[in-house]
Amino acid sequence: MSLSALNCQFQAVPGPLPMQRATVTREQWQAAPAAVDLVGGRLVSLWGSDRRGIDGGFAVSVAYAMAEGLVWLSLPLAETLAPVQPSYPDIARVFPAAGRMQRACRDLMGLVAEEVKDQRPWLRHGAWPEDYFPLRRENTGAESFAATPESYPFVMVEGDGVHEIAVGPVHAGIIEPGHFRFSVVGERVLRLEQHLGYKHKGIEKLFERTAPLEGHRLAGRVSGDTTVAFGWAYCMALESMAGCEISWRARWLRALLLERERVANHLGDLGALGNDAALGFGLAQFSRLKEDWLRLNRELFGHRFMMDRIVPGGVAIDLDVARGERIRSQCDAIEAEVRTLKDIYEEHGGLQDRFLTTGRVSPRLAGQLGLCGMAGRASAQASDLRMDFTWEPYAALQAVMTSHRNGDVAARVTVRFEEIFESLRLIREIIARLPQGRSLVPLDALPANGIGAGWVEGWRGDVLVTLELEAGSIRRCHCHDPSWQNWPLLEHAVMDNIVPDFPLINKSFNLSYSGQDL
Amino acid sequence: MWTMLKQIVRTGLRTEATPQGNDDWRVERAEGERIHAEILAILGRALTIREVDAGSCNGCELEINALNNPYYNIEGLGIKFVASPRHADMLLVTGPVSRHMMVALQRTYAAMPAPKLVVAVGDCGCTGGIFGESYASCGKVSNVIPVDVAVPGCPPPPLDLLSGILTAIRSQK
Repeated sequence: MSLSALNCQFQAVPGPLPMQRATVTREQWQAAPAAVDLVGGRLVSLWGSDRRGIDGGFAVSVAYAMAEGLVWLSLPLAETLAPVQPSYPDIARVFPAAGRMQRACRDLMGLVAEEVKDQRPWLRHGAWPEDYFPLRRENTGAESFAATPESYPFVMVEGDGVHEIAVGPVHAGIIEPGHFRFSVVGERVLRLEQHLGYKHKGIEKLFERTAPLEGHRLAGRVSGDTTVAFGWAYCMALESMAGCEISWRARWLRALLLERERVANHLGDLGALGNDAALGFGLAQFSRLKEDWLRLNRELFGHRFMMDRIVPGGVAIDLDVARGERIRSQCDAIEAEVRTLKDIYEEHGGLQDRFLTTGRVSPRLAGQLGLCGMAGRASAQASDLRMDFTWEPYAALQAVMTSHRNGDVAARVTVRFEEIFESLRLIREIIARLPQGRSLVPLDALPANGIGAGWVEGWRGDVLVTLELEAGSIRRCHCHDPSWQNWPLLEHAVMDNIVPDFPLINKSFNLSYSGQDL
Repeated sequence: MWTMLKQIVRTGLRTEATPQGNDDWRVERAEGERIHAEILAILGRALTIREVDAGSCNGCELEINALNNPYYNIEGLGIKFVASPRHADMLLVTGPVSRHMMVALQRTYAAMPAPKLVVAVGDCGCTGGIFGESYASCGKVSNVIPVDVAVPGCPPPPLDLLSGILTAIRSQK
């Protein structure tokens, strides 16, 4: 069955990329996953909203990425009296990545996926009671509770010589907190189970107390290393709702910032990957290049990570010829250095020995479990919002996608190198062909009520922001980081590898804890 | 191997004086020498730091990691990030402290030997920042453990972090 056979009444969500939305019946909700899967679509996100006082009870929403664009389906759920919670048909049977999202939806909104075996909480660790649902309307989010630590039942692996290694939440390095439970025999990893949610800080609730025109600042702090992509996605959602089209110049400058963010992260990770394979030279070289890159950000845009530079209505920066020339010449210099380093990485036997066949996610598994973004492209999942749809400026720039089939650490390293070169090319093209006009036309007239969405290919993968306004304030803002899809794949990638290769495999994905925990 | 050596030689020592006459670097180098001397004068040995991310957006971690790049070369100053709080003179904590990280942060602090210096990093670590206090967030670091120095910024650039670390050492005089 195709999606059109579902007979949904789609409404276009305005925006630079094709997006549409429909309210569906229970039957349509149930039939959709198989229909989407059949035509090669994938799950982007699942979240709940409290629509009491607007049009009935609750709603659960799902966003699918399809050839037609983003398809956002909402299923209204009647309010039921406690202790029975509103429920909806499980979609994780077709899209396993939905499993954790459904558990989070229960923790935050009290909406339950039906007939699901895994009833363990995901984002709630005992800092608030089981019957408190922060995203529900009756709660302000300012409540505070005495912590009641709950033990989390990990899946036990039994057998001769099997033992567990528990790691985290505080990790042995300058990295984010989370818990990893390894079941190992000797050095070999039989199973990894993740327990995330340590960084949950109530961002989605906080949006309800944030002015719509200030929301880009909060969205830009969902995951600091992806601040540009989230800032853009939020502004796109707001502009989509307001029916506002930003200037061509602003769009091109947003793309410039997004590509600079991509290059910065790839430079940092390529260095760290060398280091994790005992090549300190790689870290020294790439971290030097990254620092050069960040310093120019600070000089030209006033912030090393370009936080809050994308604002509703455009961008808070502009370029003149001289500044453009600085960027262009830096791209030339960095490209020459990265090409030298790429040759060194490729010719280094010790490094390639650690990279090749390590942490492999086969294309088949990646497709089944929904690996997305840069890591997805390294496992033959050829999807990138910049090229999947015809939209400016990427169509005019003729952006080229990189992909690889091997799905190992080496493939992710190759994809990162290729993406650096392509982003450098895009940046130089943007500088050379930047349209004239104003870079910012402040957005002041917002509709009191409305719905919008923003969808942007960040350096890790596609980030999605959906926004609902009611009476001039934010009723619901959902932010989705691609780490949601990719964390479970990391569990698979380390199977049958040795424990000492875990940091290397982990870094090759470099997933966001904060973006997942929210 | 040959290309690697060539690249190393071509890159040169970036923490040494100004290959391209960049005044910014000279300033940083001078600041670095002063910091190194102070650490030795006050502690009589190297400073070891345990970093704890207690709920940040990960922006502060990017800048703390940058301290290890050749420009700031923090290990060259005798400051080293260590894997265990039991080896640490100082905790460098980014926030806000999420409620889920509260116990882990308290235990990390308890595991440290004296002098138990604590530097709270970033606007969120200093005040709770944009996230504040809520059902999920304890807000600023000093709501959970004692703090010696709070370094503002979103995120604070590496030199501010270095100054903050030095300020905490000086408080030990």
